[in-house]
Amino acid sequence: MANDENVLIDNVTRGEYKYGFYTDIEMDTAPVGLSEDTIRFISAKKSEPQWLLDFRLKAYQHWLTLEEPDWAHLHHPPIKYQEIIYFAAPKKKELASLDEVDPDLLETFNKLGISLEEQKRLSGVAVDAVIDSVSVKTTFTKTLQKHGIIFSSFSEAVQNHPDLIKKYMASVVPYTDNYFAALNSAVFSDGSFCYIPKGVRCPVELSTYFRINAANTGQFERTLIVADEGSYVSYLEGCTAPMRDENQLHAAIVEIIALKDAEVKYSTVQNWYPGNSEGKGGVYNFVTKRGMCRGANSKISWTQVETGSAITWKYPSCILMGDNSVGEFYSVAVTNNYQQADTGSKMIHLGKNTKSTIISKGISAGHSNNSYRGLVRMSRRAENSRNFSQCDSLLLGDKCGAHTYPYIHNENKSSIIEHEATTSKISEDQLFYCLQRGISEENAIGLIVNGYAKEVLKKLPMEFAVEAQKLLTISLEGSVG
Amino acid sequence: MLSIKNLHVSIEGKEIIKGLNLEVHPGEVHAIMGPNGTGKSTLAAVIAGREGIYEVTEGEIFYKGKDISEMAIEDRAREGIFLGFQYPVEIPGVSITNFMRTAINEIRQYKGLEQISAANFLKDMEEAKKLVGIQSKLTNRSVNEGFSGGEKKKNEIFQMAMLKPDLAILDETDSGLDIDALKVVANGVNALKTDQNATIVITHYQRLLDYIIPDFVHVLYNGRIVKSGGKELALELESKGYDWLKAEA
Amino acid sequence: METKTSHTALGQKMIQTFEDNEKLIFRNDSSTIVDRRKKAMEIFREQRFPDSKTENWRNTDISKALALDYNYYLEPGFQKHVDIDKMFQCDIPHLQTKMISQLNGWFISENGNLTKDVQGVIIGSLAGAKKNYSELVDAHYGLIADDIKSGFVALNNAFAEDGVFIYVPDNVEVKVPLQMVNIINHDENIFIQNHNLVIIGENSSLQLVQCDDSVDHQRSLINTVTEIFVGKNASLDHYKLQNKNDNSTLINSIFFDLKRDARLSTNAITLNGGLIRNENYVTLNGENCEANVMGVYLVDKAQHVDNQIFIDHAFPNCRSNELFKGIIDDSAHAVFNGRILVRKDAQHTNAYQTNKNILLTDKATVNTKPFLEIYADDVKCSHGATIGQIDENAMFYLKSRGIGEHNAKMLLMYAFAAEVINNIRIEPLKIRIDDMVKKRLRGELSICEQCVLHCSTMEKEIKFEIDLSKV
Repeated sequence: MANDENVLIDNVTRGEYKYGFYTDIEMDTAPVGLSEDTIRFISAKKSEPQWLLDFRLKAYQHWLTLEEPDWAHLHHPPIKYQEIIYFAAPKKKELASLDEVDPDLLETFNKLGISLEEQKRLSGVAVDAVIDSVSVKTTFTKTLQKHGIIFSSFSEAVQNHPDLIKKYMASVVPYTDNYFAALNSAVFSDGSFCYIPKGVRCPVELSTYFRINAANTGQFERTLIVADEGSYVSYLEGCTAPMRDENQLHAAIVEIIALKDAEVKYSTVQNWYPGNSEGKGGVYNFVTKRGMCRGANSKISWTQVETGSAITWKYPSCILMGDNSVGEFYSVAVTNNYQQADTGSKMIHLGKNTKSTIISKGISAGHSNNSYRGLVRMSRRAENSRNFSQCDSLLLGDKCGAHTYPYIHNENKSSIIEHEATTSKISEDQLFYCLQRGISEENAIGLIVNGYAKEVLKKLPMEFAVEAQKLLTISLEGSVG
Repeated sequence: MLSIKNLHVSIEGKEIIKGLNLEVHPGEVHAIMGPNGTGKSTLAAVIAGREGIYEVTEGEIFYKGKDISEMAIEDRAREGIFLGFQYPVEIPGVSITNFMRTAINEIRQYKGLEQISAANFLKDMEEAKKLVGIQSKLTNRSVNEGFSGGEKKKNEIFQMAMLKPDLAILDETDSGLDIDALKVVANGVNALKTDQNATIVITHYQRLLDYIIPDFVHVLYNGRIVKSGGKELALELESKGYDWLKAEA
Repeated sequence: METKTSHTALGQKMIQTFEDNEKLIFRNDSSTIVDRRKKAMEIFREQRFPDSKTENWRNTDISKALALDYNYYLEPGFQKHVDIDKMFQCDIPHLQTKMISQLNGWFISENGNLTKDVQGVIIGSLAGAKKNYSELVDAHYGLIADDIKSGFVALNNAFAEDGVFIYVPDNVEVKVPLQMVNIINHDENIFIQNHNLVIIGENSSLQLVQCDDSVDHQRSLINTVTEIFVGKNASLDHYKLQNKNDNSTLINSIFFDLKRDARLSTNAITLNGGLIRNENYVTLNGENCEANVMGVYLVDKAQHVDNQIFIDHAFPNCRSNELFKGIIDDSAHAVFNGRILVRKDAQHTNAYQTNKNILLTDKATVNTKPFLEIYADDVKCSHGATIGQIDENAMFYLKSRGIGEHNAKMLLMYAFAAEVINNIRIEPLKIRIDDMVKKRLRGELSICEQCVLHCSTMEKEIKFEIDLSKV
């Protein structure tokens, strides 16, 4: 591993948000604002079947009855839902090969460090790239087809695999779930769909890159992953956005279904534009992510590195329905400047002998506020189940806040819940030790913070781990007095 | 190399070092001895540039002819000052390899040198490991985490071998070591000695000085050096204890 | 925003009662207090009683208790033939306390019992203090019992007529522990609101035992607010014993305000009760304060106990330590909400919070929310919460030494609770509580003999077959 670490250190650069460029691509956009017409427009653009349009409209009607949630430790001016563009797509579509991809778009992905060509040849990662809500290219389709794996844009899946979509969409996150889930269900534009057949171990890591490009645009993608009995898949999600002064809204849904003996590993490196050092601009990230361990012995594991977004509101969760199923949540959340994060997990134990682990490492700097919020619930039926949660917070500087809000509920005497948390500042002794070896303060903090977060970082697949470590250091730049 | 003049240091208003003078030249080994609580570790920390609770109220520290009182900790380190810690701190999750590589490259950058190549770094590391008899793969171990007392001290000398300092200050490097570990540590220090660098050994026991032969021995008592001499002074201290010096002080 | 439902019938009735009886309610008040009452009433109209939508009340259903029809008295009017002396007799061996007794939230004789000893310590009824020491009352009453904390606090501030008043001047060590007893004995359903005010001057110290007991089987709703001011470098040792009948609902809000260098130790011991809600607000309102906030709750049947602990680190260099332990049997329900707030400039704060629970049956439920909110960086804060069963390894260990299942379980449960009980610094009280807990764990406390302090028969000391001291 030494080499990777060396690469990491070599690559640590001092810079502002480096993904903040904007690509000028010809776009197809919906009129500004939200109404039934907008929804019909989106649905028509995508030539959707009637049942899906009906679903969208039902979700919209429900959304109208809801109020924006205000229980999180987050403060932001009201979101003006009527000033957002709900659909923006690069104009050229229906690509036969990479050659046909808009060169500007390819350039975009090159800048993001995820050249589709490169990815395809070198790393063996299948990528679905979603730009402003529309999936532009999915690589590696043929290799996957050989195993019977379906990995495509959500829109394509609606056309090609309507039965699977009908069966599983909204089965984990119904449109009634919450305000942002209802909004997404009404206006989602695209996303990724993945189905791993019985007994198949997906040979490559599947990856989606999300990017918001156009101005005043919300991104509302939907990801659905179905792991059939005895299958395995590792799924990666990355995201970036241009630097803009206004706030951009991202309200996504991710649903995972793991059937008997299946395992899904979902990793996120979230690096949406966090706003500038005065707190201007940045992405509002309101995401509903939930997995259901439906079958016995199934396992869902969430790993997230959250460094971006002005506001993060997300609680990747597991419903442990099958007996002996396992849920995991590993998280590193860094906030700097005026960022606000309210993030954590929910572990709902329904089956017998179910196990869950929550490891959360929060790092706050600048004027930011970083909250862990998590729920662990043992139902009466969940005999002999276990949860262990460890939620630590590290404070850099005296103007930031670190908060821990665990909700713990147990109705079962044979089940055990343990929660531990600590909050402290970065150790003076550790800093002195590093400085005495000639390491600058900024790098020393980077090292210590990466070490602090290691338990989580090591859960990430290799390519992601290196990127995540870089991000941690970069996002804390300027946090030292 | 190092010249300390009339140094006064306070901790939270209490004066710990009360007018200390010390001259160290290249090629020399100095031993600073004295009972507990006389300011030995304070002196080491202040030379390394530690602030916070330590306040230099008077006096000067010259290193390589420059007054370093305003110099940052990391710059002092980059200029070649190395502190072997009495209680090396644990840094969870940070591998020793990564830690050393970062340090070396920053020092090289400071000196306007290229980054060290992976091959050279690995070669240096193997040599340094051999010197202090570290067998384990350091790549998988976090800095000082889960190390025994002996391992921590060996790790300090290992780092010294990697960074090749001009002035090494070893603060109670012998405390808590069994005789075998002590020999390993001492052999390491001796092997690294040249006529260009200098070492200050801070110790409570004469035992270490059987293995690291000092050119000068100083007795620190109540914030001052009350007696200086050759290596025979250490033996005298061993047999007589410190009490006879208190009278002189 | 949550949409407010309309007032409950009881809430409506209280608003009406206030409007119709202002003159009676204000009869002892200075204009300052009248203003505070009116403001509190305004806030109650706005706040209402909490319901299932109120965030802090999600796990405690108060609606059934609020739905009952209660008698509410604006004046004491004792009609009952009770032998007060007998009823208030404390039977804890060797416990020397000065007893301050209330019946149904009232002093036995209104305005009476107001005494001032040679050291200047004033003890008596709040109603009396309003008349005789109005400056002291005006300067403290309703100041830290913040109306907006809940509808219950606001309503109490608006209505409360009587309660205990204690004033300890500067530089006085009160040697004998004070014991406040509020006995509920009534032949109809009754709603009671009393308000206690305790003021401890600089460099003074006090030990205070606060007992809530009931001797009848009627439905009662008790809404008590206690405000305690601990002056500079003063110290308070506080105990709260709760032993209510299964038909009672007790809302007990205590507000502690600690000035610089002050020390607080408070222990809440809940042995029985229908629905008990304890709200503790501790404000560390000066540098170098220390607060130990502890509690133990042993509940069974369909009882419900809810501890809400809010510790506000408003100044630097303070320490707080919170430890709550519970054993939940049958279909009982325990709730713990802990919130530690470390404000922006409260550097060098040490704050610890622990909540541990043992569930004995599959019908018992625990909800725990140990929250930390931290805005200063140079702090050491931690919290931990566990919900589980008796440690199987420990059970195995005891059994392997020849101890039977039943006794092994008792021993371990006792040891679990003892961590809190051992903090009781009034020795006779500790011995007594210790006995009560042992009895309670064995299920030997029946409702008629559960009373901690006023049983007519002397309890024999409870002994396990095993010497506990060796565990």
